[in-house]
Amino acid sequence: MKWTRKDLLGLEYLSKEELEFILATADSFKEVSTREIKKVPALRGKTVVNLFYEPSTRTRVSFEVAAKRLSADVINIAAETSSVKKGETLIDTGKNIQALKADIIVLRNSFSGSPFLLSRHVDISVINAGDGWHEHPTQALLDIFTLKEKFGRIEGLNVSIVGDIAHSRVARSNIWGLTKLGAKVTVCAPPMLIPYAIEEMGVRITHDIDEALYEADAVNVLRMQFERDQQNAFPEHIDYFRQYGITRERLDKAKNKNLIVMHPGPINRGIELASEVADCPQSVILEQVTNGIAVRMAVLFLVSQSENSQ
Amino acid sequence: MKEKTKILDKESINRILNRMAHEILEKNKGTGELCIIGIRTHGAFLASRMGTRIKLIENKEVPVGILDITLYRDDLTLISSQPVVHKTEIDFDITGKHVILVDDVLYTGRTVRAALDALVDFGRPTTIQLAVLIDRGHRELPIRPDYVGKNIPTAQQETIEVRMEESEGIDEVVIIEKSHLPS
Repeated sequence: MKWTRKDLLGLEYLSKEELEFILATADSFKEVSTREIKKVPALRGKTVVNLFYEPSTRTRVSFEVAAKRLSADVINIAAETSSVKKGETLIDTGKNIQALKADIIVLRNSFSGSPFLLSRHVDISVINAGDGWHEHPTQALLDIFTLKEKFGRIEGLNVSIVGDIAHSRVARSNIWGLTKLGAKVTVCAPPMLIPYAIEEMGVRITHDIDEALYEADAVNVLRMQFERDQQNAFPEHIDYFRQYGITRERLDKAKNKNLIVMHPGPINRGIELASEVADCPQSVILEQVTNGIAVRMAVLFLVSQSENSQ
Repeated sequence: MKEKTKILDKESINRILNRMAHEILEKNKGTGELCIIGIRTHGAFLASRMGTRIKLIENKEVPVGILDITLYRDDLTLISSQPVVHKTEIDFDITGKHVILVDDVLYTGRTVRAALDALVDFGRPTTIQLAVLIDRGHRELPIRPDYVGKNIPTAQQETIEVRMEESEGIDEVVIIEKSHLPS
């Protein structure tokens, strides 16, 4: 197939074939990071700007490593230390980056939909690195890539997503991607953390963690984002762990003894995940980090090769 | 409109590969420090066949690898059909080795240039030798093959198509003339 998109804005807008194409391309890129010289010249002479309006370490570093392994030049802009503080709008910032002759903007912004706005006002590629509660496409792609590596397929897998579904862009992107590829998705959280009408995305809802784990092949444990709790809707840490924390005992009750445990990081040990589970052989959390580089290399490469990009 | 002329069939390809295997062994005085790396896709099949032949002749295994040069191409932005990135599979160290780089058709030399760039990222071989099934001329870079299956002088508006059992289900080499182009 042919990649035609200049931007990666969300998994909602991609076809099954496009998702599979990104995963296959990422599979080819994974080998590059195992070489002694971990670099290929595919994006030599291209400039990638990481424009981050929210604090992020792993996503920004992962994009930076991916771009550098493709030989691109990388500029990091953190909004707190930029002209955004002086009142510059996102569109103006984007146009200025374009005027610098950069080729790709990787945008993290707390407003849902901001990458769409930006992509309509600049000709260069825009990659969504997380927008508000909406989507975080590369995180979901690396989660799905890791699942595919572990199980050899996505079709028919039972994947449970546990935690703050309401505020989670990771959950939404995962649901779009997984359901398009034929996985069965269950979301599990206290009722106030399940968003309205989520079942219309084709997922099953449960509030019982043991039920969510019982039939699951994989569980994706989300971080409790206490910083987003503006209405005091969140349970106390210890209550949450008691009711929804992934513990050894709960994993042992599941039908699939090789159930794998994923987490997008950073982990709150003892809140959503027991420490011993985070470090157990069923945990693929660090493999997710490694796979994230391959997935982001693939995405950077594909958007830069699309005929619609300049 | 395309006209086809068959220039090699299964038997002649077999004979050519046998001869090239002997030439490689003769020049390198056996299999010591020898390894074979094929350029995807047809070069990889040829490399694997070469490995089998060398094993038959010398009764020694030679490491065989696959190189995907997409990421090293100098025409990534010019190319009309978008390239698909495939895996590189070289699970041995090439430092100190005599690398036989294998491809199906040698034309402008740009693929080989890209492959050489890729190979030096994997280590420092003692020598890199180039083996091609077809040399059709029209070089754009100072690159020459060490082992040639068959020299086929071509016009630039002609295309050489190598078909192999592994991918196309048949072993043959044909010339395709694009007769609609002015000669």
